[in-house]
Amino acid sequence: MKDFLLVFRTDYNTMPKASPEEMQASTKRWMDWIGGIAAQNKLTDRGNRLVPAGKVLKADNVIADGPYTEIKESIVGYSLVKADSIQEATELAKGCPILRIGGNVEIREISVL
Amino acid sequence: MNQAELIPHLFRTEYRKIVSVLCKLFGIEHIETAEDIVSDTFLIASELWGLKGLPENPTAWLYTVAKNKTKDYLKRHTLFAQSISKNIKNNAATSEEIELDLSVKNINDSQLAMIFVVCHPCNPAESQIGLALNLLCGFGVDEIASAFLTNKKVIYKRLQRAKEKLRAEKIEIEHPSLSAIDNRLSTVLMTLYLLFNEGYYSSNHDVTLRKELCFEAMRLTYLLVENEQTNKPAANALLSLMCFQASRFDSRHNPNGEIVLYQDQDTDLWNQELIAKGEYFLNRGSHGTQISKYHLEAGIAYWHTLKADTNEKWECILQFYNQLLLIEYSPIAALNRTYALAKVNGKKEAIVEAEKINLSDNHLYHSLLGELYTDVDNTKAISHFQDALTLTKSTADKTLISNKIRECRQKSSN
Repeated sequence: MKDFLLVFRTDYNTMPKASPEEMQASTKRWMDWIGGIAAQNKLTDRGNRLVPAGKVLKADNVIADGPYTEIKESIVGYSLVKADSIQEATELAKGCPILRIGGNVEIREISVL
Repeated sequence: MNQAELIPHLFRTEYRKIVSVLCKLFGIEHIETAEDIVSDTFLIASELWGLKGLPENPTAWLYTVAKNKTKDYLKRHTLFAQSISKNIKNNAATSEEIELDLSVKNINDSQLAMIFVVCHPCNPAESQIGLALNLLCGFGVDEIASAFLTNKKVIYKRLQRAKEKLRAEKIEIEHPSLSAIDNRLSTVLMTLYLLFNEGYYSSNHDVTLRKELCFEAMRLTYLLVENEQTNKPAANALLSLMCFQASRFDSRHNPNGEIVLYQDQDTDLWNQELIAKGEYFLNRGSHGTQISKYHLEAGIAYWHTLKADTNEKWECILQFYNQLLLIEYSPIAALNRTYALAKVNGKKEAIVEAEKINLSDNHLYHSLLGELYTDVDNTKAISHFQDALTLTKSTADKTLISNKIRECRQKSSN
């Protein structure tokens, strides 16, 4: 089996300001989805969410505030899964709750150093 | 208690205590000497008590005889006495000064130190469980063999090898240091967890023996939570889990010894006292920053002690299983999670998820799919139950699955 990185992207600006109930429902959807992958013994690391604010370091020590909140597709989190092929890994990504709010999942095979 | 019952009872409760104290005094390389002295003591008891009747205080009598036997042994084996007196903390100058300390405190300390020796990771899990039963629970080779559904020779060899390994590794019988406790405790908890499960889930028909395994595991875990150094959240959570599970012990079998499934159990038979104890230890274990798999399993077991079949109950169980699988995958957790998913999100979604987990050589997997397809597609349900029937070895399971097939046939013919 190979490891794959799932990168979750969405537009922060279109993310609804969720009520506590909606937040709870969203947490449940994420847990049910990731739990389903774990139940297939195909989860390597549940990963993490990312805080919206960030910095970008460019050449000559130019530091910019992360433009993430302005671009359409910010990385909001990641998980690591294991699968025999990219097709199988893509299959695992189906049902990811990010898709419900207009986001997407990028699936990338990890090339071990 | 009459004499015929008293000796086996005392053997069960006192043998392990005296053995632990002696092992701690002599060191790991002399386990057999310790066992011999205690076995001799019991032999004398059964002979003498049969002739002269019971002494006033049988336990005190046993302790006195064990103390004297130890002194005699040390006198006769002066070399041995010299070698051990070097190791003894009070540095007794002669063997006469070596006193066997059978105070409650030393017994508890010795037993606790022995738990850490027996559960040492230098031995594989099955040997640790065997040793625990032998040295900490006073089980004979016969009883351990029937608990494991194997023959005496296998167990005897396993125990010999495990003791030899402890000697070879020169494992010290002592309280692990505070820093070592956290590392070593997880192995100890795992062994006690497996010991409990051996009693709870084994296909052994001897219900009394299985119950004893469970209660011995609980007793040893209790020793851990009663000691300041080992009274950790995970140990309390494990004890809580054991209490919740054990509360259903009497409802899990009908008078014919057949398994009664959770949803069909007579809830009046659930032991409320054990449920209350489970809640008490779960509260005691609910501090600190780490959530162990025992916390999650205790949480699942807690919701199972509530009789009402509510959506909230199954939602909480589902979320605990999700978290459990994130900590550690196991086929059982994967199957149980899918069952909870069916209860919360419906059978159709659960069937899709179940077919993804693909444990097709596991009879429980087919039983689960049979259960999920019942009333959705009874033909498929029957086919899965038949696969389960072929795969299982346990007679109790076979009866259960055959009943399910019959029910499905009736449904599809109606």
